[in-house]
Amino acid sequence: MTNPAPADGPQIPKINRDLLEPLLSTHWSYFLLVGALAGLVAAGAGAWSYQFRTGIGQTNLHPPVFWGVYIASFIFWVGASHSGTFISGVLRLTKAEWRRPVTRIAELMTFISLIIATLFVFYHLGRVWRWYYLIPYPNQREIWPNFRSPLMWDAMAVFTYATASTIYLYLPLIPDFALMRDRIEDWRKPLYRVLSLGWQGTQHQWQVLETAMRIITPLIVMVMVSVHSIVGWDFGVSLVPAWHSTIFAPYFVVGAVHSGVGLVVIGMYILRKVYHLEDYIGQEHFDKMGKLLLLTTLGLAYLYFAELLTIWYGNIPDHMWVVDSLLSGPFAVPFWFMVACVYVIPLLALTLPAFRRRPLGVMVIGVLINIGMYIERVLLIVPPLSYPRLPFNWDTYVPS
Amino acid sequence: MSDHEQEPREAHPYKWEMVVDLDRCTGCEACVVACHAENNIRISGPEEAAEGRAVNWIRIERYWEGEYPNVKARFMPVLCQHCGNAPCEPVCPVYASYHTPDGLNAQVYNRCIGVRYCGNNCPYTVRQFNWFDPHWDAPLQEQLNPDVTVRQNGIMEKCTFCVQRIRQGKEQAEKEGRRVRDGEVTPACVQSCPTSALVFGDRNDPVSRVAKLAASDRGFHLLEDLGTKPAITYLKRLP
Repeated sequence: MTNPAPADGPQIPKINRDLLEPLLSTHWSYFLLVGALAGLVAAGAGAWSYQFRTGIGQTNLHPPVFWGVYIASFIFWVGASHSGTFISGVLRLTKAEWRRPVTRIAELMTFISLIIATLFVFYHLGRVWRWYYLIPYPNQREIWPNFRSPLMWDAMAVFTYATASTIYLYLPLIPDFALMRDRIEDWRKPLYRVLSLGWQGTQHQWQVLETAMRIITPLIVMVMVSVHSIVGWDFGVSLVPAWHSTIFAPYFVVGAVHSGVGLVVIGMYILRKVYHLEDYIGQEHFDKMGKLLLLTTLGLAYLYFAELLTIWYGNIPDHMWVVDSLLSGPFAVPFWFMVACVYVIPLLALTLPAFRRRPLGVMVIGVLINIGMYIERVLLIVPPLSYPRLPFNWDTYVPS
Repeated sequence: MSDHEQEPREAHPYKWEMVVDLDRCTGCEACVVACHAENNIRISGPEEAAEGRAVNWIRIERYWEGEYPNVKARFMPVLCQHCGNAPCEPVCPVYASYHTPDGLNAQVYNRCIGVRYCGNNCPYTVRQFNWFDPHWDAPLQEQLNPDVTVRQNGIMEKCTFCVQRIRQGKEQAEKEGRRVRDGEVTPACVQSCPTSALVFGDRNDPVSRVAKLAASDRGFHLLEDLGTKPAITYLKRLP
């Protein structure tokens, strides 16, 4: 998909026809979908403006829980954005050729997830109309943002990641834009002409593009690891019991890849069904993605176990209150549901080779993992905040 | 609030500290009421209080000691500890939470954008957030203190050690070319405490009451193992 090189033989016209088909015709269901999504967006905008006018109190947050599902959603979507980079970046580096049909879906998801994640930062702010205080803009008081704050690191990391992943998405798209420029004869032609940057498909241009990809791929993998480490450090560097832990950065990175790969599987399944791409996204791709999911399941379970074991064995009361509330306290139901969705079910199902070859089954596992990981993000934030060191105002929180 | 740069740097700066004598506290909550009146703290109705959103800059924590029938109620006033090494300060992305040369943890309301990390990172959970716009039931809005900002929806607030009184006292002393005398500046809670359980003053003045009491062998700091270096010393006789 990323490399429609002329040497590939007679199948090329069919690939081009199949892949361009959705761009040339529009089905009525497309308008229905856009309408439904626009309705959702309008409802969301209405809810946000209500919160904007009345106050953050509408979220049902209250002391001692100052962060809730907005931050959980932010982490979740930043995590989901790791799909693209991991799939296309790491697999490009390791020269795993089976990744090709999956790459573009994954990179697009990175881009979209990051935009969603950024939105949640704005929903979260108490005075969002002053959000620009976070930017080092010139002002008469010569006040800078506080670069010691993990939230500042976070803002910079996400911005860097968004910029880098946009470039990363765009570079391999250039030949494809050129392809569309040559084949589409309507109002979009000038757009594709600009986007394809005068691509002619010469040997030299391919070499330049390949070099650019070779440079940016390792860089973006490093950015990916650093971004979610920094999101992890938002919690790890704090004093809050059960947040203050060195494992948060690697745990967040692996967790992000886990949910990200799950999301890519869902995307693969939907695109394959809707656009009839069975020839290009085959069972072997789901099999490979299933193996990848198995790997991340095991990695994440290992880290999660290490975290809980050390807290449990150390038995420091401040930290134990939190673990107790998860294992058998008010958070036990979502906790065990999460454990089943994220670890147990994927582990049992994906170890069966026959299961991994069923696209529907792997997709369902992807859905379960993502539901589970979202719950996990909420459980990561709320229980530690619910049990501050002074037991005076312990309280839980249920999102409104 | 950001004009501390223009102030002359004192050769011997003040270090405002407080002593809370738990052996004297009766849990009457006069400090809480005085604080509300002085600092324009919003009135939280019963619903807001039930949701855990009642804003108090100083609160009386009540603990039970012993087994029935020999139960004793113990009271502990908890307010911002004005930590020397405050966990709330470095995490603020916009410098709304910062340290003054006098050793206060200041909260710059104009600067705050409400990310609420400071509230999470405060181990004493004394930081309060304005979840909605404030309101006062009539006629309480008539008694708002003109020296104190009314905080709007979406920002953090907390105990300031009545910084408006400290500033007044310092300005007066500066005019007269002297240092602030011990007992000249008292926050509202200290002023209203009927048993003098709360004592406030300049720790850098070796003969001030607060400096003498803080050196008492009954003294401890709240959660001092966290290394926050609180400016409040609690006094408690060991049984």
